[in-house]
Order: sequence, then structure tokens, then C-alpha cells
Amino acid sequence: MNQHQKSTQQQAAQPENRLLVRRLLLLVVMMFGFGYALVPLYDVFCEVTGLNGKTGDQVVLNKQQLVDESRLVKVVFLASLNDSMPWQFKPEQSSIEVHPGKPATVNFMAKNISDRNLTGQAVPSVAPGLAAAYFQKTECFCFTQQELKPGEEKIMPVTFIVDSQLPEKMNELILSYTFFISKQQNEDSSASLALSLHQDQKL
Amino acid sequence: MNAVIEEHHDHDHKPTGIGRWLFSTNHKDIGSMYLWFAFVMFFVGGSLALVIRAELFQPGLQIVEPDFFNQLTTLHGLIMVFGVIMPAFVGLANWQLPMMIGAPDMALPRMNNWSFWLLPAAFSLLLASLVMSIMGMGAAPNFGWTFYAPLSTTYGPSSTDFFIFSVHLMGISSVMGAINVIATIMNMRAPGMNYMKMPIFVWTWFITAYLLIAVMPVLAGAVTMMLTDRHFGTSFFDAAGGGDPVMFQHIFWFFGHPEVYIMILPAFGIISQIVPTFSRKPLFGYSSMVYATASIAFLSFIVWAHHMFTTGMPVAGELFFMYSTMLIAVPTGVKVFNWVSTMWKGSLTFETPMLFAIAFIFLFTMGGFTGLMLCIVPADFQYHDTYFVVAHFHYVLVTGAAFSIMAAVYYWIPKWTGHMYDEKLGKLHFWLTVISSNVLFFPMHFIGLAGMPRRIPDYALQFTEFNQIATVGAFVFGFSQLIFLYVVIKCVRGGKKASSEVWEGARGLEFDLPSPAPFHSHTTPPQVK
Repeated sequence: MNQHQKSTQQQAAQPENRLLVRRLLLLVVMMFGFGYALVPLYDVFCEVTGLNGKTGDQVVLNKQQLVDESRLVKVVFLASLNDSMPWQFKPEQSSIEVHPGKPATVNFMAKNISDRNLTGQAVPSVAPGLAAAYFQKTECFCFTQQELKPGEEKIMPVTFIVDSQLPEKMNELILSYTFFISKQQNEDSSASLALSLHQDQKL
Repeated sequence: MNAVIEEHHDHDHKPTGIGRWLFSTNHKDIGSMYLWFAFVMFFVGGSLALVIRAELFQPGLQIVEPDFFNQLTTLHGLIMVFGVIMPAFVGLANWQLPMMIGAPDMALPRMNNWSFWLLPAAFSLLLASLVMSIMGMGAAPNFGWTFYAPLSTTYGPSSTDFFIFSVHLMGISSVMGAINVIATIMNMRAPGMNYMKMPIFVWTWFITAYLLIAVMPVLAGAVTMMLTDRHFGTSFFDAAGGGDPVMFQHIFWFFGHPEVYIMILPAFGIISQIVPTFSRKPLFGYSSMVYATASIAFLSFIVWAHHMFTTGMPVAGELFFMYSTMLIAVPTGVKVFNWVSTMWKGSLTFETPMLFAIAFIFLFTMGGFTGLMLCIVPADFQYHDTYFVVAHFHYVLVTGAAFSIMAAVYYWIPKWTGHMYDEKLGKLHFWLTVISSNVLFFPMHFIGLAGMPRRIPDYALQFTEFNQIATVGAFVFGFSQLIFLYVVIKCVRGGKKASSEVWEGARGLEFDLPSPAPFHSHTTPPQVK
């Protein structure tokens, strides 16, 4: 048998191959997209189920919440710094007791102990995770980035409501904040560092 | 035009010199290159493992710094997964699929060439990072083969970018290989060979190829997100910018769990070819084998979070992933049952391929059982990230996948070279390998249950004896593979002539071809009844 016949035999399958390859490549592109689609899907899934302790965005109270005077829920506050961020960060009180449905305000204190301007972003989390859906913030320093000058101290309030629908078995919640150095600033400072090094070399 | 074609008249015409390999579009040449590439990488990755085991021979730090130890575990894992097991299976697919379905070659020969030649490029990039690390130019990837964020994003060394592009190239290579396999199987089967008449090895590769197409792009997406997180200001995995490091683990294991089945389904196919031959009986439960393979592939997509039980998942999630993982034991059990039933009342002989196949069935089943132990949520909190996990995945990947590849090489090499291999040396290789691999991996169960963490260069004093036993096993195992290399080279260069059937009980279209198989396989399609 010779090459000639072999090649005609292979040619016979070529239109089918082309169609199949096109379909399979489409599948590849779709799966690459699916990998990216997992990102919003993950957020939606966490939001709907309240898993992961992610709290929602700012809520605006347009109707008077029903205050459940018969219950008291303890809310414990945690404050931590990511990496070795040169700030001091702590709540003014370690915990309070609130009636579900009644707004409460707590102050956090942050101080920049470094010698440069630093912008931070606080990321909140509620434990147990399933309680996150019942924890609503009307005002929070985590909604915007916080910039502190060297040595500057700042009192930052957070106002929240524990929903009166909170399941009976949950009577203690933990609200934790972690401050991260703002990613934007990180890049700016490393870029300016690189620039200054570059200039040093020139000199 | 005609004149050009006429020149190619001779039966086994092949280009000569380096061009034969560089520009090859022949499924056998490309298959050989894949297999040799995997063999070389096997020794590279194995050498890294021996340095790891040498360091762990005693508690305290002797040979390497902790950071370099982390680089060794990372590269050992990456090389063995992407550089050994996967290319070896693609090599076997290249050699065997056209022969087994009655085709002259693969459907897309040029793409085949490209998908192979991307691999040396990918691994040059990856190994370059190790070479630079040894030369003191900064660390190689040191975050483990799972490259969890933020270890690989915020804290990754500069060489992480070498790793990212290397994974991109491997991914493109695997996807093209998979497309080729699917096109070959769907369009090139001999007349009369319908899907339910295909050999099981062809079936398992068909399903594996679909798994590859489904998950390799997700891996490519994950490393692309890492790349943009590292350099372009995105925050997919960075909490400061609204991302989530735990999400990295979800995306990674959505790829990672199907990936482990990519590394075992072709092995199931190989064992299902070998056991009937040496039992001189047809495979027991052919169609249940096909359905079991398909159900394992489906289940692989809904179990990924069993790798993440300790990340703080809610109980409902843990229960779901625990039960769906346990479910995988059912189709896998069907397979083991079928292999044993094939041997039942067969007239068995124990040539080297059969010895490896039987060792596979026994040892892979053990690895499967430790997997079942790991999927039990409360128990997993104790086992997580210990040497018990290391023992588990080495039982399924070394005594599982790697044994099946060795079995396949012994089984088909007479067909490839036309010579019988040295049976005495083959048996010696088998016994040394099977004993030393158990000396190497079995004690890891004990030290894992006792609490020794993985990926740590130092350990508490009470783990010393078992670690020393494992290290002795590792060196015997490693050097035994030189016998394998010698047997293969000896078989390529000469030996007793192999008949076209090779083995007494061998069935299948590949055994209708003469040994060695001609350069172009079935040039006239055989008729399958």
C-alpha cells in the first residue's frame, strides 16, 4: 500500500475533522470563560447563601424596623491588620449587647504609626457565616478607603442593625475587620521606589 | 503534482536525520517522542524526590535549606504530574489509538507535532527557574504544585511568571492532544467498529480527552488571573481589593479533581487490555466498564471541595462533598470487580505486564481506600495536609498510574520494536519496583496518622524510623528504574523476534499488524465484524 492511497483516505475525513475541531475549540473557549465566570458565580453564591461571612453593601433604612425588645444579642468586635501594616487598629469596646432591629453605633480607632501616608481598606466578616445575611450596616468605614498621614489618629464609626429575623439559636455574633494596605497604593509606592532607584543609578 | 507523489512510493518511507523528529507528523514517531520525554522527566522529577527523601532521612536540616526544600516539593509535583504521567499517556495514545481502531495515523498529524514540541519549551521554562535557583539568582516556584494564592500571588518569587507561562504552554499542548484524540476516535474508526466495539483503552482515552478539554482551560484561566493579580492590578484573589483567596482553591480544584482522573482513566484502560490477554478470557463486563468510566468522569466535576474541608465550609457543603466523593467508590468498585472476574477461572500466566497489572489492581485499590478515609469529613480534619495524604496520592499515582504505564510499555513494546524484551530483567525490575515502592510509601500512612505534616523539611524525633525506612525504599525504587531504562534500550536495539500476535491470548487490531508495526498503521481499513 502506498502513501498516495493513504493520503486520499485521510483527506476523506477532512471536512468532518474541520467541523469537529471547530466545535471542540469552541468548547475550549467556553470553558476558559467558565473559569472566569466562576468569579461572579462565587460571589453570588456566597451572597445568596450567606456562606463565607461576607456582609452586604450599605443598606438604607426606609421603613421602621421592628425592634425585638425581648431579645439581647451580643456582638463581639475584632480588629486585625494584614501583613505587617504599620497601623494601630482597635475597637473602642470589645463587645456590646443589642436588641435585634435597633441600630447601634460603635467606634473603631486607627492610628498610622509609620512615617509615610498610608491608605487602607478594611474588609469585614461576620461569624457565624450564616448570620451575615442578618447583619446590616448603614454606615461603615469599610465602604471607602481610609487615608492616614504619619502619626494621624482617626475615630471611625460603624452603625449596624441586627435583623429581627435573626434565628433564635444565634445569640452571639462576631464582627471582624481586617485592614489591608490599599492595593493601588502598593503599586504606586513600588513604582515610585523603582523610579527613585532608577534616578539613583543615573546620578 | 503526480510526480511528487510517485516519489513517495516506497512502503516505509520516512525522513531521516533530525528533521524526522522535528517535523514529524507520524503518530508512532510522535508517540515515541512523548514517551522518551516522559521517561527523561521521570528521572528528573525522581532525582528531586531523592533529594527530598535524603533530607528527610534524619530530623533537623542536613542537605537543603527550607526554602529550597519547598522548591523541590513544588517542582517534583509539577514535573511528575504534567511532565511524566500526562505525556506518557499521550504517548501511549499516539502509538496505540490508530493501531487499535484500524486507522493509518492520527486525524490531525500536524497539530500532533505542535502539541508535542510545546512540551520541551514548557519544561525548559519551568526547569530554568530551578537552574536559576541553584545558581543563586532567586528562588524557583516554592508554593507547592497546587500554587495556592496568596503564596503564589502576593508572596510568589519572581520565577512564578516562568511557572505561569509554562503552565499555559502545557495547557495548550494538552488541549491540542485531546482534540486530536477525539477527532481520531470519532472520524477514523475502521468500518464496522461502532462505539460499543471499541477497545476499553480507546474508550477511556476518549473520555479523558473530554475531561482535558473541559478543565485545562479552567487551569489556564486560574494562572491568567494569577498573572493579572501579580502584574496588572486585578484583585481576583486579594482580599484588599475585594477578591478572595479561598476562591482560588475552588477554581484550582475544579480543575484539579478532574485532573486526577485524567491521570487514572487511561490507566484503567491499559489494565483492561492487559488482564484479558494474560487470563485468556474476554474482559468481564465490557459495557459496565464503559459506563463506570463515564460516571467517574461525571462525578469528578462535583467533588472538588473535598480537598478544602478545613477552609471553613458550612456543614451542608461538607456533607454534600463527602457523600458525592463516597459515590465514586461505586463505579471504581465495579471496575475492580470486573478485573478480578476476568481473572477468575482464566488460565493465567505471569509475564511482566500481567505482574504490573495485578500489582496495579491490588495497590491502586489500597490507594482508593485511603481516599475513602480522607473523604470522611471529621477524619479529614486530622489527616489534612499530613503524610497520610502523601501516602494516598502516591499509592494512586505511582503504584497506580505509573505502574500502568510500565505495564503498557512491557505489553506493547514488542509491537513497537519487533523484539521481545528481556523477560528476566523485566521480572527483576517488577519485583524491585513493587517491593521498594511499598517500603517507600507504606510507612507514610503511619507517620501521617501520627501527625507529621507534609511539605516540611524537618520533623519531630518520633517519626525518625519510619522516615528512614521510606528513604531506603525511595533510593531502591529510584535506582531500580535504571533497570527499566536498560530493558527498554536493549529491546529497541535487538532481541528475540516478536510475532505479530506477540502474546498468546492477545486480541485486537494492533495485533493484526506485523511486529514491528509498519510506519503507517492500517493503510487499508480492516473490516470489523
